[in-house]
Amino acid sequence: MVNYIWAFFIIIGIIYSLINGNITVVNNEIINSAASSIDMILKLLPIMCLWLGLMNIAKESGLLNIFSKKMSPIVSFIFKEIPKNHEAIGLISSNILMNMLGLGNAATPFGLKTMKSLQTLNPNKDTATRSMITFLVINTCSVTIIPTTVISFRLLNGATNPTDIVLASIITSFLATFIALILDRIFYYLGRRKYEHI
Amino acid sequence: MNISNLILPLIVLIIVSYAIYKKVDLLNVFIDGVKEGIEMSLQIFPTILAMLVAINVLLKSNLILDLTSLLNPIFNYLHFPSEILPLAILKPISGSTSLIVMNDLLKTYGAESYIGYLASIIQGSTDTTIYILSLYFASVGIKKTRYALKVGLLSDLITIIIAIIVVNLLLI
Repeated sequence: MVNYIWAFFIIIGIIYSLINGNITVVNNEIINSAASSIDMILKLLPIMCLWLGLMNIAKESGLLNIFSKKMSPIVSFIFKEIPKNHEAIGLISSNILMNMLGLGNAATPFGLKTMKSLQTLNPNKDTATRSMITFLVINTCSVTIIPTTVISFRLLNGATNPTDIVLASIITSFLATFIALILDRIFYYLGRRKYEHI
Repeated sequence: MNISNLILPLIVLIIVSYAIYKKVDLLNVFIDGVKEGIEMSLQIFPTILAMLVAINVLLKSNLILDLTSLLNPIFNYLHFPSEILPLAILKPISGSTSLIVMNDLLKTYGAESYIGYLASIIQGSTDTTIYILSLYFASVGIKKTRYALKVGLLSDLITIIIAIIVVNLLLI
């Protein structure tokens, strides 16, 4: 699937820019965006290191364990396939907590570590498991309590009360996540026959 | 004082003080985690490069902008606020581009207008679905992603519909 999206973006992009005469811009973009991926990883690397360092401390001290025990009834209810005391429960909880607090950057390291941890439970290493997909659906729904970036942009654009969107934002993202989880279940049961064991 | 500036220091404070109370070998444990962070960053770098090239080629070809202006009449007919169409299409692909689009919408229509509210809620309640799916799956070598993309994009659409309803009920 990812292969097709990647090829689709590039092929459609280049052909369309050939047609509308935008090809010089695209020509520069191919080289520039390869270079800008270095900027991106340089921004991401220190954040990853900092949070994984702090998380390692929380793991050693037992704090992560306490936190994941508190969250585990909810998380285990959604992720029935994950064994009760597996580290993935704590990682998923941490990722969701960071997203809720609007710390998207801090959520990424936990998200990647969660995927690694879920992969250890995966019998078919090249195929996504049900819990991986559920986890990504929750992630892309972006359950946010305080949308910090949006609030600061509203302030910049002259909003007299930039936080007035908080309630509407919470209602929207929780309702959407709830429906997304139902959709996730429906699609799982529809495709179950094909991937019976995972 | 802004509360959001307090969250991060507080989390760090709790983690460090609990660990010192539990007599953890703090610095060494922290450094082990940092090493893992370096490894993980190097591991996802190829995916980030690949996705950035593909996404930027598509964005700079202007296809998405042209497509939205082409679709405008249809969405107007459906009473869908077509002003937010570029945001809705760009958000699953690129977080930074959609942020620029949201900023333009806030500037053009005003932060406290119907479009301004709608753009803010959509920007806050959806994420870069295609980018996240590719990055997370590629990081562990998953090739068959099953129904993940379908559910992800469908949920984005549902979020937009819910956002329209909620803004109409609560903010306008």
